[in-house]
Amino acid sequence: MKTLIQLTVNGEPVEAAVDANRTLLQFLREDLELTGAKHGCGLGDCGACTVILDGKPVNSCLVLAVQANGRSVLTIEGLAENGKLHPIQQAFVDKGAIQCGFCTPGMILSAKALLDTNTKPTEIEIRTAISGNLCRCTGYQKIVQAIQDAAEAMTGKEGS
Amino acid sequence: MRDFQVLGARAPRLDAPAKSTGQAKYADDLTMSGMLHGALLQSPIAHGKILNIDTSKARKLKGVRAVVTAREAGLVKYGVSPARYDETLYCHEKVRYVGDEIAAVAAVDLETALEAVELIKVDYEELPAVFDMFEAMKEGAPQLHAEFPGNVTAEVHQEFGETGALMAQCDLVVDHTFLSKRQDAAFIEPHSCLAVFDLQGKLTLHTSTQVPHYVMRTVAMVLRIPVGDVRVIKPCVGGGFGPKSEATPLEMSACLLSKVTGRPVRMNYTREQVFLHSRARHQFYAEMSLGVKKDGTMLALRNKAVLDGGAYTSFGIATVYYSGSLLGGPYRLQAMKYDGWRAYTNKPACGAQRGHGGVAHRACFEQLLDKTADELGIDPVEMRLKNVMVAGQATINELNMSSLGMKECIEAVRDGSDWKNKKGKLPKGKGIGSACGFFVSGAGYPIYRSDTYHSTVVIKVAEDGGTVTVLTGSAEIGQGSDTMLAMIAAETLGIPLECVRVLSGDTEYSVDLGAYSSRQTLMTGHAAKEAAESVRRQIAEVLSVHMGCDAAHITFRNGNVLFRGGPGDFEKLRQGYIKEHRGWTDPPGGDYLTFREAARLAFLEKGTLVGTGKYKPPRLGGAYKGAAVGTSPAYGCSAQVVEVSVDLETGQVSVDNMTDAHDCGLAINLTSVEGQMQGSLSMGLGECLFEEVKFDSRGRIINASLGEYKIPTALDMPNVKSIVVESNEPNGPYGAKEVGEGAIMPTIPAILNAIYDATGVRINELPVTAERLYMAMKEKEKKP
Ligand code: FES
Ligand code: FES
Repeated sequence: MKTLIQLTVNGEPVEAAVDANRTLLQFLREDLELTGAKHGCGLGDCGACTVILDGKPVNSCLVLAVQANGRSVLTIEGLAENGKLHPIQQAFVDKGAIQCGFCTPGMILSAKALLDTNTKPTEIEIRTAISGNLCRCTGYQKIVQAIQDAAEAMTGKEGS
Repeated sequence: MRDFQVLGARAPRLDAPAKSTGQAKYADDLTMSGMLHGALLQSPIAHGKILNIDTSKARKLKGVRAVVTAREAGLVKYGVSPARYDETLYCHEKVRYVGDEIAAVAAVDLETALEAVELIKVDYEELPAVFDMFEAMKEGAPQLHAEFPGNVTAEVHQEFGETGALMAQCDLVVDHTFLSKRQDAAFIEPHSCLAVFDLQGKLTLHTSTQVPHYVMRTVAMVLRIPVGDVRVIKPCVGGGFGPKSEATPLEMSACLLSKVTGRPVRMNYTREQVFLHSRARHQFYAEMSLGVKKDGTMLALRNKAVLDGGAYTSFGIATVYYSGSLLGGPYRLQAMKYDGWRAYTNKPACGAQRGHGGVAHRACFEQLLDKTADELGIDPVEMRLKNVMVAGQATINELNMSSLGMKECIEAVRDGSDWKNKKGKLPKGKGIGSACGFFVSGAGYPIYRSDTYHSTVVIKVAEDGGTVTVLTGSAEIGQGSDTMLAMIAAETLGIPLECVRVLSGDTEYSVDLGAYSSRQTLMTGHAAKEAAESVRRQIAEVLSVHMGCDAAHITFRNGNVLFRGGPGDFEKLRQGYIKEHRGWTDPPGGDYLTFREAARLAFLEKGTLVGTGKYKPPRLGGAYKGAAVGTSPAYGCSAQVVEVSVDLETGQVSVDNMTDAHDCGLAINLTSVEGQMQGSLSMGLGECLFEEVKFDSRGRIINASLGEYKIPTALDMPNVKSIVVESNEPNGPYGAKEVGEGAIMPTIPAILNAIYDATGVRINELPVTAERLYMAMKEKEKKP
């Protein structure tokens, strides 16, 4: 039995019929072909599947597609505008915060959710905000630096 | 004086924009129309005879397109080292661990495939199993492989110099033992692949691997198809760290199922299956004695190793050799004796992981060194400096340190951490520790005995001369090899980095042994440099005729061509180019002839401009048995100082500061070098403090998830002070060598030495959980 859902994905209205047990991650990756959210465990342990649901970062492998009904989802594909990287993405590129890149989409979205509510986070606030996003490559240091840089770039822009 | 235009900079990685936007494609992101989904049947028991396999019910399930077992797959033996091919794609007589593959199914969707797997009925006669490496080697232990009695996969006995005689001359001989635990590589991307046979019978396999070349050869051998009919393409890979360095049953199953069904087949490991497939770090037991003079001069080392290999050999022969050979340096020794054994047990097979075979033994040795310094009353950093080798020296087991900034690394971390003001001066509960290590820049020999080139590279110039494409089979797995190759090509051709594109990870592009043993920079880097030199030479030859300038006097810099160091009279050539590109809006300008114009001219005369390069190491190492393992054209080295706080009430350790120096020869891309250093440290910290794959009494993994198997989070890692120490490696391209694995060597012992400094307790078993340290502190209190 499929359920009809209506939601907003990256600013666009989406309507679909989904199985009750389909996860939001499956729905995004397989039905909408938004493969930026990654499947690292399927159990809520790694954070590679992080998307922003109504402003909050969630592990989309733990959310059912039907639970997203009537809500707004932001995936990594919705962040760059007109081919221009979002300041967080740009900082990740510039700082060398990306190695294999498998954690990156989730990491960037966790950072975005943080910076949306806290424009000047401390290092420990940044580390806490991404503590649910595992990265095996970088040792996190350059990721933390990138988020600090992005925070500065973003507040600088607002201030001007 | 070095004068580079591109190298030695902080270049943003070529693949970073795509990875930051979700556009980068990993194997699991690929789909094809008509694609089927595969699933594996794996043994639920650790050891047993297979009496019967009944697939009839599974075959009848609606939506199932194929079921394959050993009957369909055949029994070609494979593995990593041809000397120990001990695996078949599917078990036929016996299963040897929980997770051993028995059959595979392809169906229209994953749910159906999984349901079909459940319907395959296997009758087993359960056999006694053995899970402990020491038990496995005892008389009367259950036997895993009839061909390898005593459960010994590999045994090494080496002696260099007169260990016994030298030990007798020593003023002091100190012993230490050490036990590490099985680690998982825990890359965030589980293995994934997509195989498709086309109508000509040619196979293309897209797979998350470190080694497209070896996967191609293994698939061809096991499925009995010509190597030339197998193409392996590596899309973006979400981390490897070693365990993705060999062909998997997943890949071979997808290929076989595609062959049988004529449809593309996708297969993934679940996170649990990643743990079951393993091929990650062995468990090591080390036992050592170090003999020294009163003044701290090291004379002789006795080293013994026992490795828990799991059910198959995988990389294990090399692993057990590395545990011995990688202690030949970076300190001068006059004698070294090594005895190592690798045991089969009824657990998933272990293989190569970052710092292959060397990490645990390095941890034991560097603790032993500290212990010895302590007994002699010498500062451990001074003791290291006293014994350290320098460039140009060879180890007692004939590893040639053609460059070695070990001393500089030690001094850098000593000064960078303010060691002198901290060592022995920190309050109780706080401690500081140091350690060193080194690693190969690529193995001196391929995995199969061969005179093959280890890397070939093709460089092609676009017909308009504006873009240069590097074609290589090498494997970008996150370490940054694509960007490194683009930088080497740009430097050699004298063009900006933006003009270079890299197409990599495809066995059709070139021969490359792949991303293991830290070989891409040195080996593929050499081949890329040679290919670029060939292109440069071809262009210079054409120009020399047109400009009446000897080719030897033509140079390329920043996208411009210089004739005897000046612009020369090139106006006619420029007019020719512009005429050809009438209507184009980006005519070449400036005071110099551009690379673009020059390359176009060369194309007009010679056709498509292609340069090729190749590399294989010269014959290396000694003539003794096992000399091949540990030899490398170059060695990277590193030193670390770590500061910890220990909660004396609970035994909880937190790592406060890490200072790390690494000699990577020329740092081609500084940002990437630091990234490798920091990543290595976090993996070492995890192994030291909390990582351990655990089993129940029946051989089932009890923590096969990233929730139960803890790896460091952003809250566990301190900021690392990363110091890049550069040397000029004569055997490396532009003086470059490894960084990806050597950097992990000192981490565990530096932490352990710091814990000792903080608590007075020497921990010789990993991981250092709060409980283990607390118990050890209690134990110490009890002793007078
Ligand atoms: S895939 Fe969702 S948390 Fe790992
Ligand atoms: S960059 Fe590889 S997991 Fe984070």
